Amino acid sequence: MKSAPRIDRRRFLSGVTQAAGLFALAGCDSLSRNDWFPHLLGRAEGLTQWAQRLLTSRVAMAKEYSEADLSLVFPANGESDPGNPEYQAHAADGFTGWKLEIGGLVQQPATFSLTDLRGMPSRTQITRHDCVEGWSAIAKWTGVPLHAVLGRIQPLPSARYVVFHCADLDEDQIHYYESLDLEDAYHPQTILAYDMNGQTLPIAHGAPLRLRVERQLGYKHAKYVMRIELVSSMEGIGGGRGGYWEDQGYEWYAGI
Amino acid sequence: MEHNIRKVYRHTIPVRLGHWINVVCLLVLVMSGLQIFNAHQALYWGDRSDRDRPILSIRAVKVENGERRGITRAFGHAFDTTGVLGVSGDTTRGFPAWATIPSGKWLAMGRRWHLFFAWLFVVNGLIFGLYAILSRHLWRDLFPKWRDLRGIGRDLWNHLTFRHPTGEEAKHYNVLQKMAYTGVVFGLAPLIVLTGLSMSPTIDAGFPVLLDLFGGRQSARTIHFLACFAFIGFIVIHVTMVATSGLRNNLRSMVTGWFHIAQPGDSHEERPSH
Repeated sequence: MKSAPRIDRRRFLSGVTQAAGLFALAGCDSLSRNDWFPHLLGRAEGLTQWAQRLLTSRVAMAKEYSEADLSLVFPANGESDPGNPEYQAHAADGFTGWKLEIGGLVQQPATFSLTDLRGMPSRTQITRHDCVEGWSAIAKWTGVPLHAVLGRIQPLPSARYVVFHCADLDEDQIHYYESLDLEDAYHPQTILAYDMNGQTLPIAHGAPLRLRVERQLGYKHAKYVMRIELVSSMEGIGGGRGGYWEDQGYEWYAGI
Repeated sequence: MEHNIRKVYRHTIPVRLGHWINVVCLLVLVMSGLQIFNAHQALYWGDRSDRDRPILSIRAVKVENGERRGITRAFGHAFDTTGVLGVSGDTTRGFPAWATIPSGKWLAMGRRWHLFFAWLFVVNGLIFGLYAILSRHLWRDLFPKWRDLRGIGRDLWNHLTFRHPTGEEAKHYNVLQKMAYTGVVFGLAPLIVLTGLSMSPTIDAGFPVLLDLFGGRQSARTIHFLACFAFIGFIVIHVTMVATSGLRNNLRSMVTGWFHIAQPGDSHEERPSH
């Protein structure tokens, strides 16, 4: 009777393996598609934001590299040439007539031309861009610190988020946008960049102006910024989750 | 000789609970991690990912007859891995659908699974680590002692020939188990968590020492990937050993706590004094 338990064992093992396989594939796929489970998984985002901000100082600086560390090729992910006619017209005349609009919950709504922005205090930083896909590239960015711009327009006390409206549209004609809370908006390395690697920001990388928010993942670094709006909530903007990629299910807090 | 069954209370509740939470966490973390890897199917060393200099890459390549083949390159050597890596189930993807959560290409959802279960894994690990130290489980049962190490040659031979200890000897972990469990709990697990955290731009800003420790963000990503496969290797060996050294008995002891030892004499129950 020695062989009897062996068959049981084999059956048991294959049963367990099959059950685990079914659980992993069918179970996880159907869980991913219902409403409550992704919502539950998404609760980790708040915990991550809380823990990361608890553990890292408000002014902790992202590592800055040297010229020797620059990437020879910096991939241009997402949109690399917005087709929208208004943008194309600005691009055709070198963005000379382009103006950045800032409004919403501010004391002094204002517009800034590229010359205005270049005349303001500037910051140059060589930093690492970490894409949500997993790759990293290093470039030198020059631009005006966002806090300097916010100082000019003076947000109202009710303002909680800074929303960046961009020129690029996806195939469904949905506008790209992004947002930060004030803590990241006032960070010294958060800049509106107009130069990359010592040259005017190329169209593929977001000309005339792109956001750099060095302590978050690449998709937060909005390209083709046209208008900045200060708001108290994300409701009514795009899908309401604070950004184009956020509306597709990515985290609003992209610190990891 | 008549063999009687002696019942030994082998695994306490915190150990059993922690173990099964880990089973779920590791399954989800490995499979959702492979989903995330599939978003950029290459590994590098240093801070940058120079696309022309990967350590490992998995690509789909069109061959002369128009067919797509999965080609995996590691340290300059190319392997045709069609069916598993690069091209599988008629789609172009790094790891195949059966190995990822979710099965289709869905980075945002893979990240949700991964980051949620990463928290569970870390909290569970911290509770277990604290318990193991405070209850002296680490010192009494896990940490290899000098006298254990002296018997390593014999234990190694017994393992390789699938000769498992019986009687009184089966009550305790042998030296290879002790080294494996201590190494995984206090070495591999912290390593995989820290290299995971090193991929976070915020954590890097707060703790730049992590970048120095692992040689850059892309190196950390590579080590994270290797540590994942070290975990898979540990699990394969662990499950093989569990299955060949008395599956029912081992499973029962990790579910109910009670381990059965066959030995001469009267059968009785034995609870630990602590």
